[in-house]
Amino acid sequence: MTSRHLLVAATAAALALSLAACGDDDAGAEETTEESTASLVVYSGRNEDLVQPIIDRFAEETGMDVAVRYAGTGELAAQLLEEGERTEADVFFAQDGGALGAIAKEGLFAELPDETLELVDERFRADEGQWVGVSGRARVIAYNPDEVPEEEVPRSVRELTDPRWSGEVGIAPTNASFEAFVTGLRVLDGDDAARAWLEGIAANDVQIFDNNNAVLDAVDNAVVSLGLINHYYWYERVAEVGEDGITARLVFPGGGDPGALVNVAGVGVVATTDAGEEAQQFVDFLLGEEAQQYFAEETKEYPLIEGVETDAALPPLDELDPPEIDLSDLDTLAETQTMIQEAGLS
Amino acid sequence: MAGPALTHPPVPGTPGARGGGVASRRRTRPPAVLLVPALVAAGVALLPLVYLAVRAFERGPEVAFEIVWQERTLRLVLRSLLLAAVVTGLCLVVGVSLAWLTSRTRVPFRRLLTVLGALPLAVPSYVAAYIWVSFFPRIPPFAGSVLVLTLCTYPYVFLPVRAALQGTDPALEEVARSLGRGRWRTVLTVTLRQVRPAMAAGGLLVGLYVLSDFGAVSLLRFDSLTRVIYTSYRSSFDRTPAAVLGLVLVLVTITIVWAESRSRGRAAQARLGTGAARRHGLVRLGRGGTALALLWAAVVAGLGVAFPLVGLARWLVVGSSAGFDATRVVEAAGSTVAVSALGAALTVVLAIPVGVLAVRYRGRLVSAVEQAAYAGHALPGIVVALALVFFAVRYAFPVYQRTPLLVLAYAVLFLPAAVGAVRASVALSPPVLEEVARSLGRSPFQALRDVTLRVAGPGVAAGAVLVFLTCMKELPATLLLRPTGMQTLATELWSRTTVGAYAAAAPYAALLVVLAAVPTFLLTTRSTTLGGGGER
Repeated sequence: MTSRHLLVAATAAALALSLAACGDDDAGAEETTEESTASLVVYSGRNEDLVQPIIDRFAEETGMDVAVRYAGTGELAAQLLEEGERTEADVFFAQDGGALGAIAKEGLFAELPDETLELVDERFRADEGQWVGVSGRARVIAYNPDEVPEEEVPRSVRELTDPRWSGEVGIAPTNASFEAFVTGLRVLDGDDAARAWLEGIAANDVQIFDNNNAVLDAVDNAVVSLGLINHYYWYERVAEVGEDGITARLVFPGGGDPGALVNVAGVGVVATTDAGEEAQQFVDFLLGEEAQQYFAEETKEYPLIEGVETDAALPPLDELDPPEIDLSDLDTLAETQTMIQEAGLS
Repeated sequence: MAGPALTHPPVPGTPGARGGGVASRRRTRPPAVLLVPALVAAGVALLPLVYLAVRAFERGPEVAFEIVWQERTLRLVLRSLLLAAVVTGLCLVVGVSLAWLTSRTRVPFRRLLTVLGALPLAVPSYVAAYIWVSFFPRIPPFAGSVLVLTLCTYPYVFLPVRAALQGTDPALEEVARSLGRGRWRTVLTVTLRQVRPAMAAGGLLVGLYVLSDFGAVSLLRFDSLTRVIYTSYRSSFDRTPAAVLGLVLVLVTITIVWAESRSRGRAAQARLGTGAARRHGLVRLGRGGTALALLWAAVVAGLGVAFPLVGLARWLVVGSSAGFDATRVVEAAGSTVAVSALGAALTVVLAIPVGVLAVRYRGRLVSAVEQAAYAGHALPGIVVALALVFFAVRYAFPVYQRTPLLVLAYAVLFLPAAVGAVRASVALSPPVLEEVARSLGRSPFQALRDVTLRVAGPGVAAGAVLVFLTCMKELPATLLLRPTGMQTLATELWSRTTVGAYAAAAPYAALLVVLAAVPTFLLTTRSTTLGGGGER
């Protein structure tokens, strides 16, 4: 083929593609017109596979048109901060309290009504009422029974600085759940003790991973013996590969240990929303029995309202004996991050 | 250095003698028809830089300098540079050796080896990294990152060098041999020198890719500058440190691009009559040599292509989430192809004026424009995405979270790949042709369209295909800028893997690899000019 023919062919192909794509773009535009008439735009840092089914039920029951934008909680928080008052989001459904706190701090959330807030224990919502927890997740210690028998697994994260665990502990220090835990440690034991603990595990050759799934993999593959994660990662894995397909097991530390912190996934209503009522309906739906039941059964999280039972596979929330921490006190994220970084962990 | 002179001997009587004279790059002011669009392209590419500057200095220069002058920042820069240097070096070894074997020797299955050599381009580096970690959980971070990134990016060297090896004039090597140089010395002293521009252009893309990569290094636990920028955006909500480190990364990139352009020198590569060039004689390797060559190619293809496919198959077998929602998969594939095609089209349109300018003109403005085009390339996708969020919500709200903005992000991210292709292929079109066209009364625009771009067409098309391929695999910017509800194969893959539903993720990953394999295959079917050399 001569270069001339090729060029003609390439141009034609490019043109055809762009036209095809433009057609698609029109479709997109249609979709987006729909979307601007959509009654509700939700930014969800929670995974589509986990929450879309319950959002579909909400849409069905209310007849609302709900557009959901999925990405990581951290990315969406950064996006919301960049968008500021021009955001199209009406609701932010986040994976952790830290991100909700950051948005609240910038004044981008509206205050929720007391009836909504009172559905949930005050530990699990913002003091000023800008966001409310929807489901609880417990920090746990994952262990590999081939490496450590269950009775030898430490029941406190404070023991992890012991030389016995040198090189044997996996963490995901840049993950919001780890940061919340360290903030909890600071609230409970004070900054000096928290710093000493971080430096202690760093000196103990703690193994660093990118996220909780990677930590769980490492425990499962005996790369490390112990790992600090959130409880539902293990249950998700069991759902995928079966309980026999995974070696790792969990210990719920309890005893008020900072390593037993219960964190939440939660929601806030964006202050600039033009669909305040619909947004409020959505929040109330998430705190209703149907949705709470769904989170208990399908995502193996802790329901946060009275009258909905925790899944039988999990130790009940009141037996977890988590540390006495109000999640609103966890808003000093920046200091925590500096501390983690200074200990050489991120 | 004698490089340029050696590369372009005026061998009388061969059709390969170039027709441009020494001053193939002019100092005259470029015509507005080139300069204006090139400036627009440079401006677009610089958007992330402006955003980073705003965010880095919003708390005052002291805070910014404090972050820069940390020992940790220096350590991260050095670690990232070390990774980029080692991967680039290995990619040159792998890419050039395979290119030479498939274009200059009589090794059997050359056609198949060529396709296999390019196929790793179709495997996203985050998928490859995940598969390596799941098979070898104890893989050391640095060695693992080197291995995975080398396997995923060496085609950036392989393709242009192969094209260059086919396109160069055989006369020079024949002269060297006839003057008594041995075969291997000729390869080392003449052949490699002839394809040096292609090696440099490919190596540059590899180096910048490694600097910008987040997915693979984070899975392999290698602490690079980009990984820290990314996690800092993701988790800290304090944008200053991330922005400052982003600026540092841009400075590093610009230094590398500048160094590469210095090394490229002022070599002119044009030769007349692309159709009349002679073919190279093919080297016989002997039995042992052939066996070694096949073994080498098989090892690279096995690690770079077969292994990831085995890994994907294992996802399907081990997991229980396997489910194939055909409509969903097809929809995701459709939007992936559509936005990637638009991305490739816009990127090439922006790259043409920059590439032509870089080949034809000299001067400070021209080098500034060319270097600006590279500015965004080493930045992680999340930075480019947030920069476009920043500008769009302020000045272009109607396109915010619409396809055009996503397409623009692709252009910012992947402009250099297209600029490299345009530059290399335009360099093959002797400027004298344009001058003749001008003297016959064509306008500069007509001369460019009817002469230069016609000669450079195949190379430019190859650049478009390369960008298309890269867009298909892009994740972080797509996540933040796509229209709400739109899914691409990469976003679907992300969605499934973050909850550990690997079996459900496998069809998306497999389709992504298969769809990307088609343009990759196209890249090998013609002798293309991605980074230098010629075509026939």
